[in-house]
Amino acid sequence: MGAIVVICRLAAALLLAGGLAACASIPPGAGSSPADPLEVYNRHMFDFNDRLDRAVLKPVAQAYEAALPEPLRNCINNAFRNLGEPVNAINNLLQFKPSDAMVDVSRFFWNSSAGLLGCFDLAASAGAPRNNEDFGQTLGVWGFGAGPYFVLPLLGPSSIRDAVGRLFDFLDTDPLWYMNEIRARNVLVGVRLIDTRASLLPAEKVLERAALDKYQFVRDGYLQLRRNLVYDGNPPRLLDPEDDADDAPPQRRQGSAGPARDQPPAPPAR
Amino acid sequence: MSYRDLLASLALAALIGAALPGPVACAQGSASAALSAPDVLVKTMSEDVLASIRKDPSLQSGDISRLNALVDEKVLPYVNFEKMTRLAVGRGWRDATAEQRQALTREFRTLLVRTYAGAVSSAKDYQVQMRPFRAEPAETDVLVRTQAVPSRGDPIQLDYRLEKTSAGWKIYDVNVLGVWLVENYRSTFNSEVSRGGIDGLIKSLVERNKAPEGKTS
Repeated sequence: MGAIVVICRLAAALLLAGGLAACASIPPGAGSSPADPLEVYNRHMFDFNDRLDRAVLKPVAQAYEAALPEPLRNCINNAFRNLGEPVNAINNLLQFKPSDAMVDVSRFFWNSSAGLLGCFDLAASAGAPRNNEDFGQTLGVWGFGAGPYFVLPLLGPSSIRDAVGRLFDFLDTDPLWYMNEIRARNVLVGVRLIDTRASLLPAEKVLERAALDKYQFVRDGYLQLRRNLVYDGNPPRLLDPEDDADDAPPQRRQGSAGPARDQPPAPPAR
Repeated sequence: MSYRDLLASLALAALIGAALPGPVACAQGSASAALSAPDVLVKTMSEDVLASIRKDPSLQSGDISRLNALVDEKVLPYVNFEKMTRLAVGRGWRDATAEQRQALTREFRTLLVRTYAGAVSSAKDYQVQMRPFRAEPAETDVLVRTQAVPSRGDPIQLDYRLEKTSAGWKIYDVNVLGVWLVENYRSTFNSEVSRGGIDGLIKSLVERNKAPEGKTS
């Protein structure tokens, strides 16, 4: 129920703010990339999110960073991420990794108690670093491809698969969602958003320098990153024909008599 | 969780941090590192770069000319910037003239150095740990896996691709959190080339490199 109210409010806020989004620049050929058929919509939404961020969220996050000392911000960040452990555990189970799920559960109990409600990540210091799982990854493990890249209103980069996954995580496994005290819950959700945004500030500076086209840079980074997560850091290498572009100067064509360059190498003799 | 994911993709910060760490201070060390096994090369290089950064405040503050000197002197021997650029440019590379190729490599390198300058101040808080390395002796293209462990927070996956050349092993691609540098620039470069040709891409890179810090076009 609560979810529906929030979604309605978000939709209303979006309509109100819609005027902000009028003028994303859409390059020619947008939407021709196989990974991003929704590029025209995505660029508008990316631009909208960016404007909203610069107008509201980023200044708030900067003020938050300036106001609170670093140890306190670290504590808050750890505490919120500790609340994400049930999500990790459930998804590790769904991905048939019970031992990882056990680690998540013991991290949760250890950090919630001795780590003072998650303020300190004692489990990581003890050699059990945090896993990063969510239902989008679980769907990936089950064989669902990412589908088209999809920029969500307010929430940013995603894909069709990951958007479905987020909805599941949000409705079913986000612990804040189970709080009865609505006002306190809303405050916590707000602080969590600011905390997350503040933790992005340093990386954002780098993005500003690195990207020729911020939209593409974030998109391609997001897609690679998610693929890596689905494979738990060990994805098979993408074979790209351009990887074989010859080192030598352009016009060195061999006659067609020899073996074609694209032919796979012969398997080694056993 | 998407904000955390965004963080990660933004943490390309570290990505370039990984691309450019410079190697040893003493020339003897660097010469032998280039000829040693790929994992040893990466380890030596990472540790030495971090050591250089830790003891040089002007590097930590992101002084571009100092950083360039560091790259020239200590990173260049281990990185094949030309191959890195060629792979990122993709099929457009075949049609590029020698001058265009030089310009692309130069400007791409400048872009990476400038990006690294923005991240270098946080690099000193990391330790690099090697992860298990397996390769057949005959292999000429290998993956070396490491992770950067911060004083606080989650370790960051940091992998390198190296190719064996007549001058020893050379890094030609690097990834942070699974995001490969070459792959991440490829589609942007492709769009630039299809819009304005090779010269259009060069022009965009030059403009990007001239832009004041922190401003996007």
